[in-house]
Amino acid sequence: MASFVEIRDLKLGAVTDSGRDIDIIKGVSFDIAEGEIVALIGESGSGKTTIAMTLMGHCRPGCYVQSGAVVVDGKDMVQLSERQRAAMRGTEVAYVPQSAAAAFNPCKRLLDQVVEVARIHKLMPMDQARAKAVELFRALALPDPETIGQRYPHQVSGGQLQRLSAAMALIGGPKLVIFDEPTTALDVTTQIEVLRAFKSVMTAGGMAGVYVSHDLAVVAQIADRIVVLRGGEVQEVGTTQQILHDAQHPYTRELLAAFHPVPHAAVAPAPQAAPVPALEVVGVTAGYGPVDASGVPHKLALRDVGCALEKGRNLGVIGESGSGKSTLARAIAGLLPPSSGSILLGGKVLAGDARQRSKDELRRLQIVFQLADTALNPARPVGDILGRPLSFYHGMKGAAREARIVELLDMVRLPAAMRHRLPGELSGGQKQRVNLARALAANPEVILCDEITSALDTVVAAAVIELLKELQRELDLSYVFISHDLSTVQAICDEVMVMFAGEKVEHLPADRIHGGAQHAYSRLLFASVPKLDTGWLDGLSRDPEFSAALARR
Amino acid sequence: MASSSLSRGLLGYRVNAVGLVASAVILFWLFIALFGGQFTPYPPGEIVDFDYFGPMSGQYWLGTDYLGRDMLSRILMGARYTVGISVAAVLISCFLGVVLGMMAAVIGGWLDTCLSRFLDALNSIPSKLFGLVVVAGIGSSIPVLIGVLAVIYTPGAYRFARALAVNISTMDFVTVARARGERTPYLITQEVLPNILGPVLTDMGLRFVFIVLLLSGLSFLGLGVQPPNADWGSLVRENIGGLSFGAPAVIMPSIAIATLTIAVNLLIDNLPVRIRDRSE
Repeated sequence: MASFVEIRDLKLGAVTDSGRDIDIIKGVSFDIAEGEIVALIGESGSGKTTIAMTLMGHCRPGCYVQSGAVVVDGKDMVQLSERQRAAMRGTEVAYVPQSAAAAFNPCKRLLDQVVEVARIHKLMPMDQARAKAVELFRALALPDPETIGQRYPHQVSGGQLQRLSAAMALIGGPKLVIFDEPTTALDVTTQIEVLRAFKSVMTAGGMAGVYVSHDLAVVAQIADRIVVLRGGEVQEVGTTQQILHDAQHPYTRELLAAFHPVPHAAVAPAPQAAPVPALEVVGVTAGYGPVDASGVPHKLALRDVGCALEKGRNLGVIGESGSGKSTLARAIAGLLPPSSGSILLGGKVLAGDARQRSKDELRRLQIVFQLADTALNPARPVGDILGRPLSFYHGMKGAAREARIVELLDMVRLPAAMRHRLPGELSGGQKQRVNLARALAANPEVILCDEITSALDTVVAAAVIELLKELQRELDLSYVFISHDLSTVQAICDEVMVMFAGEKVEHLPADRIHGGAQHAYSRLLFASVPKLDTGWLDGLSRDPEFSAALARR
Repeated sequence: MASSSLSRGLLGYRVNAVGLVASAVILFWLFIALFGGQFTPYPPGEIVDFDYFGPMSGQYWLGTDYLGRDMLSRILMGARYTVGISVAAVLISCFLGVVLGMMAAVIGGWLDTCLSRFLDALNSIPSKLFGLVVVAGIGSSIPVLIGVLAVIYTPGAYRFARALAVNISTMDFVTVARARGERTPYLITQEVLPNILGPVLTDMGLRFVFIVLLLSGLSFLGLGVQPPNADWGSLVRENIGGLSFGAPAVIMPSIAIATLTIAVNLLIDNLPVRIRDRSE
């Protein structure tokens, strides 16, 4: 019996700038039955999105299908003409993109964009399409389903926009829906709402789905079967239960292992008679916009936040986007002078503005940013990037500087030859290591890590965390680790501070995260982190306390 | 894309046919500007033919002008003024514009506001009119011409560089440098400039074309390079009377102006592309 979707020995190639041919997808085969949701999982560059795109008969520029067949509902997408493919898109196969914000036209009303598919394919009269859209909004649990379509994309939240993009995909009544990492950019608490909405419409409509993701725990909630990909090849295929509990392939096991953080053991013992903390933040208030007469900025992002970091220990700061955690890092680094409160480094008060701090104070406190893509100057080779703090803080030059650069690269486990490369020629994980090496070049005491693993694949992120721990043992560092991802924070921090709407809501030791949280928001946040358990999402929905907390938010 | 234009690797750069032809034309005119004086068949200022507006002949390759002077010699010598003045003016205006633009973007605040408003005000004066008034007021000489052209084109270069630099200076790597305690000169030269260099060079080429055209226009109005010397613009003006005779004397300098400006434009549109292969 033929399956609804059959991919047979699919091979894709691409031509590089210099005219060389490279293979991207190396003979992939799998099936999707009617009404089944299959997850494609793997690290970036594994070809998961590329394969999902071929289901719509689309190849990204420069790529082409070498051989193989992609049969959707009896039609081979590879053989069809572009016009025939266009007719299938939206009606048979639909796509939900990763970034809904980029997928909507900011100057058109949402409803007009959602019904566009029906208009292009002349599927139904416009009035009927609008009525169907409202129905979908209701099914996707959007607030005010009757009127939300009249708003513009900037007037709804990120999670709502992602659900609206699903409505856009579903309006044509497709038989197959492709979800391309639809929740990766969302906060955990928002992710739950979106996942729940997706799951309910997919089950109700009996549609087949392809769910592309790198997050096993998310996939476990929604998929029936999982295809594990790496380097354009299928590593393992199995039902969700099989993959989670009885993985055969070593790579799958590595992915699963990266998910279970090794509980962090403090490097420095808990101080007995409290010495001077390495970093102390006292009642810091900071914000953006014009400053009023009493010196308070127009929009406050931090309200009276205080914390302390002992030497050799790590402090995790977690919260959703907009909670003020990055602003806290900017205030500590002197990039955003606080309007009140003070920051103490080794017991000494620092000036609010980095320009008024001494070179030595700047050296002892380094900051590492989230996106290594933008944090490294794309026009300068790695050697220059690492060399600058050496000559700036330590006055090194010539052979000594060169030797130290090689040493730094070695510290972050990169080969010495990397120093001649430009950042654009490195992978995401390598870039983040260079980013870290630049901070180490200063010989700091405290490093502020602002979401440094959020943009990385699970396995790579786990390796970076391991590296941070090793460096801490060797170099006697203290980290302030800012993240929205609870499991990474657990993996490295001794203490955790929960932030919400610019305020510190709770401060507790990392080992007491589960069960120890008192504040309602922290409990919601901790409960929202997906677990490697297929029943987790459904179990949550039945938990009245959790649902109430989610609704209150 | 590779099939539609001739493409080949040249020292790791991809060049296409249009770009090659354009750069050949530009190199040719540069060579003439530097060494053209060596090849003049007749002294450019001397009347050598009794006929005026003479046709092209074996003796006078590009004909003769309204006084009977050899056109080829005069165009060869004119290249020196046209190319020389324009290059000097474009270098000054782009240097000033780019440095001020980057400073405004990196420092921001009052400096940015004051510089931007001042240069916007300068920009609002029509360029031909501004050139006319200044040259008419203080007289025409080569330094004055260079100065006037540079001043006219600085605000444009400033606006362009500032717009690019503002985008760069909000990037995290500039923030990291600020957090490290770097001063403005380092931020400008090491962090911002390498990332805006490509567009800035392109803009410089465009600005060069504008300057050649404005200089030719001023010379055509009699305010540019003064007789007996002549740049291409003044050559067109001198010989405008020959237009009704179809004399080569008016057409040839026009062709010279056209080839140089079009070649620069085409080269900018077809700059060599560095081939980088990440997977190598």
